[in-house]
Amino acid sequence: MDKGSTSHETQRFGSFGSFFRRCILSILSIAPIPNHIAFIMDGNRRYCKKKNLMEGAGHRVGFSALMAMLRYCYELGVKCVTVYAFSIDNFKRRPEEVQSLMELMQEKIEGLIKEESIVNHYGIRVYFIGNLKLMSKPVRLAAEKAMVATASNSRAVLSICIAYTSTDEIVHAVQESCQEKWDEIRELNASGAGYGLIELDGNRREQGEHYIGVADVEKHMYMAVAPDPDIIIRASGETRLSNFLLWQSSYCLLYSPFVLWPEIGFQHLVWAVLEFQRNYFYLKEKKKS
Amino acid sequence: MHSLRFPYFPLPKITNVPVKSRPSSPFSVVPKLHKLNLSSANPHAAAEDHCTQVKSWELVDREEKGDHQVAEELAAAGLRAELMPKHVAVIMDGNRRWALERGLSVEDGHRGGGRVMKQIVEICLKLGVKVLTFFAFSTENWIRPAVSGLLFFVFAALPFNFSISHLCLSIGRLIYGPCMQEEVAFLMSLFEEVINSDLEDFKRLGVRMSVIGNKSELPMSLQGLIRLAEESTKANSKLQLVGAMNYSGRYDITQACKSIAKKVKDGLLPLQEIDEALFQQELETKCIEFPQPDLLIRTSGELRVSNFMLWQMAYTELVFVEKLYPDFGEADFIAAVSSFQKRGRRRGGNKY
Repeated sequence: MDKGSTSHETQRFGSFGSFFRRCILSILSIAPIPNHIAFIMDGNRRYCKKKNLMEGAGHRVGFSALMAMLRYCYELGVKCVTVYAFSIDNFKRRPEEVQSLMELMQEKIEGLIKEESIVNHYGIRVYFIGNLKLMSKPVRLAAEKAMVATASNSRAVLSICIAYTSTDEIVHAVQESCQEKWDEIRELNASGAGYGLIELDGNRREQGEHYIGVADVEKHMYMAVAPDPDIIIRASGETRLSNFLLWQSSYCLLYSPFVLWPEIGFQHLVWAVLEFQRNYFYLKEKKKS
Repeated sequence: MHSLRFPYFPLPKITNVPVKSRPSSPFSVVPKLHKLNLSSANPHAAAEDHCTQVKSWELVDREEKGDHQVAEELAAAGLRAELMPKHVAVIMDGNRRWALERGLSVEDGHRGGGRVMKQIVEICLKLGVKVLTFFAFSTENWIRPAVSGLLFFVFAALPFNFSISHLCLSIGRLIYGPCMQEEVAFLMSLFEEVINSDLEDFKRLGVRMSVIGNKSELPMSLQGLIRLAEESTKANSKLQLVGAMNYSGRYDITQACKSIAKKVKDGLLPLQEIDEALFQQELETKCIEFPQPDLLIRTSGELRVSNFMLWQMAYTELVFVEKLYPDFGEADFIAAVSSFQKRGRRRGGNKY
């Protein structure tokens, strides 16, 4: 009887919390909502140490926090969310920790494509962003399967950065751009149609002025699947980008609350959105100029 | 004994001008800095609780003292010589807002900012910082949303006046459009003035001057002065003072891409040899011994990097300070360095 009444009270409290959250989100929606929010999920290991948990437990709690934040974002109407799950630099950690993270990622990626998952509930298309060749085969296969399974979803986008650094992304984009242009020139030369164009355009191409542009590089970025983020939220109070979305973060709001990732909550998202709304018009003009 | 004397532009006397207090955010990125109770009139005031104790600095050439004495002085200020950032970058934000709050002209705001720049050079020479970069002029600054943006700030305190602020943006651009170009012209002349007046001091003090950015679009006279300054100070090694003029992070990355593409096209570089180290060598910062800033300081409370040194700041510690740039002083700089020194830098690896 007691257990029943306790669970009933918990349910009522949960419903009230959900109702209260929806009210806040409705008020926030009066003003412009960020289109794209990115998260750096920092502080899992410190949380583990703080709570005296077993190694690896911090990341599991962190995953629950991620699911909650995704729910809040998509309820608010944010179209794109990007999360920094695993950096190329993280391979420097102890092999046991890396292995444990790989196993956790595989487990959670496989869970994403289940019927009852958040991905299907909100119609989210999932992308795995990064140099996936560096990941272990099971994780890579799980990621590819998840991308295929969610390819038809179109209401929102979730980009999960694994084996990612921004500098690797930029170098990869430059290589792809050069390869593409090189192939174009070879085709033109092979067909014989290129000579006239090259002769006429000789000077410009020599200077390389119009050979490769910003658009060529941007279209080959891993993150070309989403617009630039409006807000990057880094948990744990550290204020640095750690090689995350360097190109894309030119004008984005950087928000770094003093809370470890597993402890991040709805109030932090609300504050980040309010700060975004306060600077919205100024940043919009800046981007136009 | 060399002491640093820069001709500085004395600020106009201000009496009884009410200064609008800036709202502070409860989730400030660096609340410790926001709590500093230091004014430019009293740079030696003690900081609160966990903030750095500031001692007065004598303007004595660092080399006059032994390493031991220097380390003692740094320790007295709460700093450690071995943790000193090698490269500090500064985004000098807030000159115009500072002038607006005091009823001064925008030019006065920029001159106030110029004075602070020289103070920071002085401090870096004392602390042993090797590279100091200032974001002087962005590629986007040619057409500034200057005054229209300022009008927005007036209404920023009222969070739901979006339609009113948008109207102000349009009116601001219409009325003040020509003034924006005047401001750009003034800035170009200010840069020339600073180089002309300070070059001899820099030479004497061992400061090497460099400018990064698309210099070809700057006025010819300024280009000439930059060449002269770079050439005449290239042998100096105490501090490299880098001015980012007509620069942006995306411009830098794009010009590096073009340079690499040309080498690939000309058969000088195989595609598979393009890697991060090679890419870094093509950036504008290739002239800098330590091209990646350890510490970025941005004044005026804005929480963004505004397209500055994007590649280079992959692991840079960001310190955002509420004060407007002309109010930023020695104590604030030391507090920022102190904050930097307390941070754990892991670069994705292990600290635990």
